[in-house]
Amino acid sequence: MTWVLAVAVMIGSSPASAELLIRITEGADSAIPVAVVPFSESGAMPSGDKISSIVQDDLTMTGEFRPLPAEKMLSLPAKGDDVYFRDWRMLGQRYVLVGQLTRRGDKVEARYELFDVNREQRIMGATASSSVNSTRSLAHHISDRVYEAITGVPGAFSTKLAYVTLERSGDEPLYRLQVSDVDGKRARVRLESDEPILSPAWSPDARKLAYVSFETGKPAIYIHELSTGNRTRVADYRGLNSAPAWSDDGRSLLVTLSKDGNAEIYKLDIESGSLKRLTNHWSIDTEPMWDHTGDGFYFTSDRSGGPQIYHKASEDAEPRRITFGSRYNARPRPDNDGKYVYYVHQRDKSFHIARTNLKTEEETVLTRTDSDESPSVAPNGRMLIYATKQGGNSVLTVIAADGGAAYSLPASKGDVREPAWSPIVR
Amino acid sequence: MKMTAQHKALALVFSLGLIAGCSSTGDPVEDEAYGSVDQEGGSTVYGGDDEGGVSSSEMTEEQRRQAEERAERAEAEAMREITTFYFDFDTAEIKSEAREVLVAHARYLQANPGRDVRIEGHADERGTKEYNLALGERRANAIERFLIVNGASRGQMETISYGEEKPAVMGSDESSWAQNRRVELVFQ
Repeated sequence: MTWVLAVAVMIGSSPASAELLIRITEGADSAIPVAVVPFSESGAMPSGDKISSIVQDDLTMTGEFRPLPAEKMLSLPAKGDDVYFRDWRMLGQRYVLVGQLTRRGDKVEARYELFDVNREQRIMGATASSSVNSTRSLAHHISDRVYEAITGVPGAFSTKLAYVTLERSGDEPLYRLQVSDVDGKRARVRLESDEPILSPAWSPDARKLAYVSFETGKPAIYIHELSTGNRTRVADYRGLNSAPAWSDDGRSLLVTLSKDGNAEIYKLDIESGSLKRLTNHWSIDTEPMWDHTGDGFYFTSDRSGGPQIYHKASEDAEPRRITFGSRYNARPRPDNDGKYVYYVHQRDKSFHIARTNLKTEEETVLTRTDSDESPSVAPNGRMLIYATKQGGNSVLTVIAADGGAAYSLPASKGDVREPAWSPIVR
Repeated sequence: MKMTAQHKALALVFSLGLIAGCSSTGDPVEDEAYGSVDQEGGSTVYGGDDEGGVSSSEMTEEQRRQAEERAERAEAEAMREITTFYFDFDTAEIKSEAREVLVAHARYLQANPGRDVRIEGHADERGTKEYNLALGERRANAIERFLIVNGASRGQMETISYGEEKPAVMGSDESSWAQNRRVELVFQ
């Protein structure tokens, strides 16, 4: 059933061709003041962004931190012995991060320490290294550790984003499936096609993407192994083949097919290709996503007249309607611990991202932009990325999961849409 | 006053807000049976053949029937110039003004079993992409069912939904959206 595709489209790892730009639009009022002191350097360092400034940018983009500009610092300590808490207290800082970078052959080693200013305590100290060519990875790793030390929640800075860009030259559209760091840097094109590419979804090990491509003229679902570029076409039925969502064990996909008449949700066993039908209704059933237990799933159905979010507690349970707040609620994305489900929500004439607290059933509209779609929750549940319109183009915007701070990721040209936030891989 | 075939077809073209494949000036359908068109009276004066005028009272029953058939054919042909059908937001309901045109397409397909048509469903950009894929399919299916009921056979037709991926018009306003919520018939 599964087979490796003879490639009709360009699959690549071509270097960044449509790099995203980062634009921080808003920070939360309650942001924690933190001083990221520029790291000392011994030996030749690679050109480009400094590791400590990448860490500082990472913390800033969460909206949860307000880093102190280096020019306001009274001293630039590189190790704990040189940190004078009184100075940092005077500057109103809660935490101070210091570090030393050392070149060792083709590696860069970082030795870094985090201090709690009020308690005058070292709360973390560690070393980490990376090859000279991947110091951005090293920086994101340090950001993850710092974030976790302060908030108690794992950082998601080492994760990846998958998204689709669209450029039009005249009448010719060019779709590109790309993967970048969460700050939009190090973008690489993975697939290029003049037909639509949709719905990228990360495998649980973050090594593969499933997506929908119209490259043969019809929609089909593909699995794409990122390290090799090998692709397998796993669903190519008559009608719709859409909305893939991985199971936790990576062995099956929830998919939407219309081969039996109209859009229904099926579980597709990737290895054998066998299908189990999970919905059966004359209405549209689509956009499935497993819940945090892995037994049940959320989906969109218009069985009540317009699209609404439903939940099945198990594959065979009766669907239960979750959303009631407006006439259009679609594309559910539950978080990893079963607290919230996020979705596209129409209010008046605008489309926003909203979430429902699954315990209290309280609904909160999170965004103030008004053509919002494709929400994807960060694997640590603290941030949310979605697509919206800005000046006629589609851009990606990241907000705190409670609706607080925001930064946007416009493409250097054209549209960028369909973001998917990768899992954290340990 | 009874509208003539030409007027009716033209009126239909305009009332549907004009339509892929039709020139914007709405050129009258060319058919040798017709002479000049009396715009004010809204009737067609049959100018007859090359030799000169023949008054309508002198038409035989057979001639009258043939003329009527030709007129009907011309009307159907004019209607078949319309290949795009529009929908309201989040619906797949075929609008009443589209029905007559779709019947013309269905009869044509019935009469020409060798012709195939691809039915392409689309949605506007609002809402979610995957739901819109399903909505575009629902629209294409609605048109396909209508064509089957009116004489086309399933084997002549193939449906595909592009959802919101292939807008006819770029733009984020009601008029662009209205033009993008559509099904297009593409004859192969």
